[in-house]
Amino acid sequence: MEWILNNLPRITDLTVAHLLLALPAVAAAFLIAVPVAWAANRVRPLREVLVSGTGLLYAIPSLPLFIVLPIILGTGVRDTFNVIVALTIFGLALMVRSAADALDSVDSGVRLASTAMGYSPAKRFFSVELPLAGPALLAGLRVVSVSTISLVSVSAVLGVQSLGSLFTDGFERGIVPSIAAGILLTAVLALLLDLLLIAAGRVLMPWSPGGGR
Amino acid sequence: MAIDFRNVTKTYPDGTAAVENFTLHVPSHTCTVLLGSSGCGKSTLLRMVNRMIDPSSGAVLIDDNDVATTEPVALRRRIGYVMQDSGLLPHRRVIDNIATVPRLTGASKADAHRRAQELMEIVGLDAALARRYPKQLSGGQQQRVGVARGLAADPNILLMDEPFGAVDPLVRVELQRELQRIQTDLRKTIIFVTHDIDEALTLGDQIVVLKKGGEVAQIGTPENIVEAPANDFVAQFLGLDSARRSLKAAPREGGGWLVSDGRGRPLGVVDSAPDQQHATD
Ligand SMILES: Nc1ncnc2c1ncn2[C@@H]1O[C@H](COP(=O)(O)OP(=O)(O)OP(=O)(O)O)[C@@H](O)[C@H]1O
Ligand SMILES: [Mg+2]
Repeated sequence: MEWILNNLPRITDLTVAHLLLALPAVAAAFLIAVPVAWAANRVRPLREVLVSGTGLLYAIPSLPLFIVLPIILGTGVRDTFNVIVALTIFGLALMVRSAADALDSVDSGVRLASTAMGYSPAKRFFSVELPLAGPALLAGLRVVSVSTISLVSVSAVLGVQSLGSLFTDGFERGIVPSIAAGILLTAVLALLLDLLLIAAGRVLMPWSPGGGR
Repeated sequence: MAIDFRNVTKTYPDGTAAVENFTLHVPSHTCTVLLGSSGCGKSTLLRMVNRMIDPSSGAVLIDDNDVATTEPVALRRRIGYVMQDSGLLPHRRVIDNIATVPRLTGASKADAHRRAQELMEIVGLDAALARRYPKQLSGGQQQRVGVARGLAADPNILLMDEPFGAVDPLVRVELQRELQRIQTDLRKTIIFVTHDIDEALTLGDQIVVLKKGGEVAQIGTPENIVEAPANDFVAQFLGLDSARRSLKAAPREGGGWLVSDGRGRPLGVVDSAPDQQHATD
């Protein structure tokens, strides 16, 4: 604790750096996964291929991906863009399946009723299916957010600054409190982000069972 | 607005022949009930009217215009649709559910809400329920919201697919009465699907009894069908063969008659039948 207080400025910087890597990746994974999931559900024969295919991305070991990607992208290994892309890929691996299931789970009676009332297919997707898939999408997003926050730390091995750097520095220089703080703060950050997502769900989806009123 | 089914057939991609060569005239401003057991093609027929399903052959006409020539989304917005379990949007408040179609057709939120409030009154919903979500209502209340929503755009045609199928018998009778009252005022062209014979007899100006594949067993007024079932199938459906509708009346001590069915199950009391009055003259 004392170590944390003494190194507060550096920790704040690292936390911000950590978020700047994690948040764009989480957002990108979500925004890409939803249309992919939609397409997977539309074209049934493609569903298993797309869903399982993206799911398999998770099996790629993270460290090699961080190193191979720059070659493909033409960026430097320490480029944050490289890290964000890698994290997005892992996020997608988790999010596509849960988004496909979420969109699939929308009650068929409600779908039928919306069509019968005269929603065009596009309008029905955005005004009915997407919001109703919301709670399940949020559940998927929470998993991606936690997983991404913890994965960011791996990039510290490459020398990209994040809370993981507390961990790597601590190891190199034998500072145990630094290692402990790295682990603790990553967990706290993941927890805070999760709470934030839950709160956002309550506000945006007051109608859902988990939502407020 | 009259509706005509002309030799419609629907074969689903998997080969199920849901409806075969079905023809029916649905007169304007009346309620036609499609009555038949599960799987006989009632919903399939109903959904052909608003092009949720296109017939494999034949045509459905609204005032002599083939619906196939009308853009489906626009068509659906001017036809009310009410279904079992009401199909309400769980993420919209009651008032917004009712206002759905007016909003889709471009009414301002204020106008649509005003209209929705009127409809809540028409279908007998307490104004205090407006801000609730559908899940916070009873089954009967949800169905009323469903009816209000179907009426919101003031459609000439109302399609109702077992709208009261999921509520208990008492509430069901109440909803039927409410619908009759509304129909007296609004005089919509209604196609009402049910497998409940009593509901059909209560609501139908015209009843179409259907067999499997949308085959018509009989078309007639409720009186026609009860008095003269066209065949054994209709008689069975009515419960005539099991003596449910051959009634007997026995005089009561204090005057009037006790009416029972063919099995002796008491059904009710007639205060004073006309010929009894003659007898005591
Ligand atoms: N999308 C579909 N694909 C294949 N067969 C279908 C489809 N929809 C309905 N059917 C079949 O067509 C027949 C008629 O179905 P329909 O839904 O019109 O019956 P229904 O009279 O409304 O029955 P219920 O009272 O159970 O609602 C049934 O045998 C049903 O299994
Ligand atoms: Mg049906």
